[in-house]
Amino acid sequence: MSKTYYDPADLRKFGKITEWNEELGNKFFDYYGKVFEEGKLSAREKSLIALAVAHTEQCPYCIDAYTKDGLQRGITKEEMMEALHVGAAIKSGATLVLGVQMMNQVNKLEM
Amino acid sequence: MTTKSLHKRESDLANSNRQLEILSNGIFKSGELPKFADKITETNQSPIRPKKLEILQINLGYMCNQVCEHCHIDAGPDREEIMTRETMLQCLDVIKKTKAHTLDLTGGAPEMNPEFRWFVEEASKAGIKDFIVRSNLTIIRANKKYHGLPEFFKTYNVHVVSSMPHWTRGKTDKQRGDGVFDKSIKALQELNAIGYGMPNSNLKLDLVYNPSGAFLPGDQASLEKEFKKSLLEDFGIHFHNLFAITNLPISRFLDYLIASENYEDYMYSLVEAYNPSAVANVMCTNTISVSWDGWLYDCDFNQILDLKVASKIKHIKDYNEELLHNRDIIISQHCYGCTAGAGSSCQGSVA
Repeated sequence: MSKTYYDPADLRKFGKITEWNEELGNKFFDYYGKVFEEGKLSAREKSLIALAVAHTEQCPYCIDAYTKDGLQRGITKEEMMEALHVGAAIKSGATLVLGVQMMNQVNKLEM
Repeated sequence: MTTKSLHKRESDLANSNRQLEILSNGIFKSGELPKFADKITETNQSPIRPKKLEILQINLGYMCNQVCEHCHIDAGPDREEIMTRETMLQCLDVIKKTKAHTLDLTGGAPEMNPEFRWFVEEASKAGIKDFIVRSNLTIIRANKKYHGLPEFFKTYNVHVVSSMPHWTRGKTDKQRGDGVFDKSIKALQELNAIGYGMPNSNLKLDLVYNPSGAFLPGDQASLEKEFKKSLLEDFGIHFHNLFAITNLPISRFLDYLIASENYEDYMYSLVEAYNPSAVANVMCTNTISVSWDGWLYDCDFNQILDLKVASKIKHIKDYNEELLHNRDIIISQHCYGCTAGAGSSCQGSVA
């Protein structure tokens, strides 16, 4: 057994998930491919969204994949970092906005 | 930032045999990845054979004013190998009788060869109408004696093809050296000022994009759009086409891949992106590469690996187009660089 949960080389094996369920695996990859095509949003914009979400989802494979994807598209590291802050802001905002619930509770419980 | 060539540093990788060894060992020897020969056999494309010869690509020397990190030629100011007038005369004999329509001049910085202008003039007299010069742009600003190059190019309607790894200063200078971006921008503005690269102008100015690291180039058309938008908005610069070229794992780029521990991943990316329809149009099928000392190669990557053409005719002095045509292209694992994704050639994507 591998001594770590995440091996960067496993990313290359992602396609193999179809081997244990071809129908659903293929459906997933078809869907995935379609999502990232040029649409109302450009493929470049989608790549930056994916990079930010990769971080909020804390997926190391996705981070590797979409960092490389961004570089291939000519996206600069400054643009990547800016996208990350969007993810980080939503994450921290999602934590802090629950503070309203805490405040509601405090206001309800305290005399 | 690199300041000396691998040759000057007496690096192991300055030796072409050592490079070929690396490309055949490890993941390719163990069978983890298929060798290029096996891959093209799988897709029924072996051996690769020349088609109609269209381009004579002549390397005027390895001397250059820059020392780019990714340079597959290992060019630099410390390289002294340049083509002599004697070899140029042999090239001119060939130019008079070849069926190739394009003369593609490369280097190093081809303009640094003291016979550069003479050679272009003579080749023009010999009937060449379609010239390409692979200019690094900064050479135009490097020294007073080169300031007249744009006008010279214009006189002979030379098609200028220039490297530009990114539309931002940071990424460009990291790959090509401090100050290269600003000088390149100035040179492009000068070329624009005399008509090069302007919309509808017949003075052709194209840019070459090489990724500045261990990743493949993205889609050529999308990158061209980004380059055009940014260079026009930021600097008022026009150009015609962008050629997205994959870095091949040889010479200084191979050195970088190994030192940065990216070699295996990079080879995986190349093999995974293998595209049989790019194989059909690789540049070795329509080009002959001539080295500074007159030897003949299938491409300038093979030139650097010292893999001379598999033909009785190996030198420009013995040139015979018919005999030369009847040959198999010499391949190794570096060829994956030209067949990945949309393919890669000196003219950009091929598939």
